[in-house]
Formats: sequence, C-alpha cells, structure tokens
Amino acid sequence: MSNDITIAEICVAACSDIYRESGELLAHAVGIVPSIGARLAKLTHSPDIILSDGEAFMMSEASPLGKPASAGGVIEGWAPFRRIFDIVATGRRQSIMGASQIDQYGNQNISLIGDWDKPKRQLIGVRGAPGNTANHRVDYWVARHSARLFVESVDMVSGVGNDRAKAAGLKHHHLGVIITNLAVLGYDENGRVKVLSVHPGVDPQEVTDNTGFPLDASNAPETRLPTDEELRLIREVIDPRAVRNREVPVPQPVG
Amino acid sequence: MAGKLMDAADLGGLFEDGMTIGIGGWGSRRKPMSLVAALVRSGAKDLRIVSFGGPDVGTLCATGQVREVVHGFVTLDSIAVDPHFAASRQAGSITTTELDESMLVSGLRAAGRRLPFEVTRSGLGSDVLTVNPQIRTITSPYADGQTLVAMPAVPLDLALIHLNRADTLGNGQCLGPDPYVDDLFARAAARTILSAETVLSTRELTANAHPSTLLLNRTMVDHVIEAPGGAHFTACLPDYPRNEELQREYAAAAADPAPWERYRATYLDDESIWRKEAVNA
Repeated sequence: MSNDITIAEICVAACSDIYRESGELLAHAVGIVPSIGARLAKLTHSPDIILSDGEAFMMSEASPLGKPASAGGVIEGWAPFRRIFDIVATGRRQSIMGASQIDQYGNQNISLIGDWDKPKRQLIGVRGAPGNTANHRVDYWVARHSARLFVESVDMVSGVGNDRAKAAGLKHHHLGVIITNLAVLGYDENGRVKVLSVHPGVDPQEVTDNTGFPLDASNAPETRLPTDEELRLIREVIDPRAVRNREVPVPQPVG
Repeated sequence: MAGKLMDAADLGGLFEDGMTIGIGGWGSRRKPMSLVAALVRSGAKDLRIVSFGGPDVGTLCATGQVREVVHGFVTLDSIAVDPHFAASRQAGSITTTELDESMLVSGLRAAGRRLPFEVTRSGLGSDVLTVNPQIRTITSPYADGQTLVAMPAVPLDLALIHLNRADTLGNGQCLGPDPYVDDLFARAAARTILSAETVLSTRELTANAHPSTLLLNRTMVDHVIEAPGGAHFTACLPDYPRNEELQREYAAAAADPAPWERYRATYLDDESIWRKEAVNA
C-alpha cells in the first residue's frame, strides 16, 4: 500500500464508487476530480457506463481530461445538447454537479448570491440543475467544504432538495452523495444531510465546524482508501499530469 | 423564389425598439456576433433577448439595449460568468426570466409548433417556478394524475442565427459537432436573419457534406447575410475555434467605461477586424 495517498485521490475513489450500481447509462461529471472518478469507474467496476466528452459526443474510450473528442478517444454516440435533454428525461443518466450553496435537505444553488431582483453576485444561472434533479440521480462535488457553502438555506433552489422534491411529488428524484475535501455526506431517512464517512487524516470536528447547519461527524467511519490498482490507474493512466491536485486545496499525504 | 441575400449595411432597418429577439448558438459557441454588432449599431433599445446566453447577451447589456433577458445561463464557457450580464443584474438594471435549459427548449419548441405550452417535468420543486409565477403547472388528465410544468411558448419577433454555410435562398448548413437549438429559434420566430461564413450555390452545399447537415430549410429563413468570421470571437467549428485572447479582452472591458468604449469602437462599430482574423485563422 502506498503511504502517500492524497485527499484528491481519496475523493476520486469516492466519486468512482458513485457508479457502482449504475449499469448502462450516461455518466455526466462536472469538475476534475469527478471526471477522473467516472473514468476510474469505467476502467474498474463499471465498464458499462457511457462517458461524455463534455461537448457533443458519447465516448467508449475517454478523451484526454478536459478535452473534447477531437483530442482523442473513441466516439460511440452523438449527444448534442438537445439530445442530452431527451436523455435526461429518460432517466438514463447520472450527474455529478458542483454547487455554490447546499442546504441541510440537499437543495443546491448555482444561480446567484443574494436577492433574486438584484443579486449581490450573479453566478452562472440554474443551467440544467432543475431538470437533472427532477429526472435522475444527482451527486455533488465540493472541493472546499465550508460554512459559506453548506448553509441553513440557499438563496435560490437550482438543484431540488429532498424536502422540495417530496412536496412537488418528484418520483424520479434521487440525490446520491456529496463528496467534499473533508468527508462523504449522504441523507438520512428524513432527507437531511448526514455524514457517511470522514477522510483519513481529517479531524471530524473540522467537518462540523465548516458546515453552516448541525452535522454530527463524531461517530463516522473513515472514507476508504483507493486500492493499489486504482492508484496506478489514477496516477499513470487517467491523470499522469496530476491535474487533480489543482482542484483540491491542500494535497496532504495521509496514508 | 426570390434571393434573400442582403448587405450587412441594410440590416439596421430590421430592428425595432421593444422587439423580442432570439439569438442562436450556445454560451460562447457559434453566436451570430456580426448580427449582434449590427443590432448594436441600429441603436434599437428596450429589447427582450431570448438566449442560451454568452457574449451576445453581455454585449447588449453593456450597450444598455436590454430590458429583459430570458435564459437558462449566461456563460463565456472558458470564463464562468459573463461580467457584463453580471454587472447589469447586480445593478438591478435588467429583469430576467431564468429557466432550466430544457425548459427554454420546451418554450421555443411550443412556439414553433403554434402551441400554448409544452409539458415538462423540469423545473418542478425548484425556485424557477417561484421567481417566475407566470409559469403554471398542469395536472395530467389521465390516470397518473401527475402535476407537471406547463412551460409557456416563447414566441419571437426575430431570430438571429449564424451557420457555417448557406445558399441565397435561405437553406442553412451546420458543419460543426452541435447544431444547438438554432432550428427551434428559427421556427419560433416571425422572421429569421441567417448569417453564414460562406454563401454557396445550393448544389455546392451537399457536394462534400451529408444532407443531414442542412439544419434550416428556406421556409425558416427570411434574410441571408454572408459574414466570414461572423461568430467571432465565439467558436464556429470547424471553421475556427474560440478566440480566447479577444474574449479575455471583452471580459476585462467590463471593469470600466473606457476599455469598454475602446472595445466597442474596435469590434462593434466596425467588425471588419473579425473578418480579417477569420481569414487569418
């Protein structure tokens, strides 16, 4: 076992685990760590998932990280944006999205900070978050776990949380996990965010202190470490230039 | 069959104050920037812009011509948020109808089909419905009894679209990897202006390209403009990629009036410089 495993690599393995039960569907992953995780899943336990190049193509062999199909890989399907919406509506897709805010029921915001009429900070807009969360499993990736991101209540619900989904009768709604640089979070039977595991080397109190709503991490197990084979694939095959270290703030050795 | 080719200098007469104008492309990809520059030069104001927004929306915010933006996002792709759009929102100087991306697709499709709305699941439970109380839900009349979103049609007075090739009759060809939803914009609009990198004879369009690349037929297009480099600085694959350097200059110009005036004078008052860059690309 390597003794220099980084938080980024632990997060990649956690992202990969998202796809264990996926079967044959389109894996959409926003961000570097989720993109590496989806590739790792495809190369290990979940060969049936379909990767996207982030542009217009479905890939049976992934294009280089962050690059469209024209940079390499093997195209197996055409999925321009309009077809993505058709695929979303079928439910044969999963998405790991980012977030600017997440609340205790998993409501997510990427639209704006402040008031709707005159925001303090305009962000990208709701994009596909309402449709994604209404139609298929959505997981979140948070590179910097902080109390500014995990808030009591989000300024605009872009991705639908468990309380809202229940009220709206969304039967295809499924929030999976939230993977952060400190922990893996899930949801309890009431739809509230709970801690599933804390990454090795992270003080559980740090998770609580950096969350803007009550979150008990004291009895959580440690997040699993990547296997030697996973580490080899991450370091030598998928991300040899270690782009992952740019996304996770402090690549601390923890093994 | 009358030819629809017109000169860019005559575009101004097609724009009127208060129009609802749909703009094709997606983010900072294959935007009809030459047509947007003509819209800027026309001085038309109080506009309602419908767009999968990029620098088209940002430009018209910077010139103060926009009253309302109907969008699912406004992004420059390699720069997450268009700073001109953000500045207008943060100043409270424009109103917005913010939609899930697929809801905007539904609204355009409904308009093109002359239907009042399209049913969709997208938007339920989110604040899109809270901030847009004009969007109503509908209950399925069948046994499932589901409550769904009745996304209202988004009809347009005018659609602006840029494609790789066209003929003078208004047949438009997309040679890039993604047609986006440009055909839905054209169908939703009372009139459509199509600019193209190159205008060819009808026969030449399919001499070396599959007929499935013909995205717009001539019933969907009213005016054709030949505009080489007409999507600059956005990407127009396979003819040219995004000009990231020029996009950075555009974004940086949001900081102060002086750099914006310089940008405007260089690239909007006379966009022939883009055409030179397209030729050199």
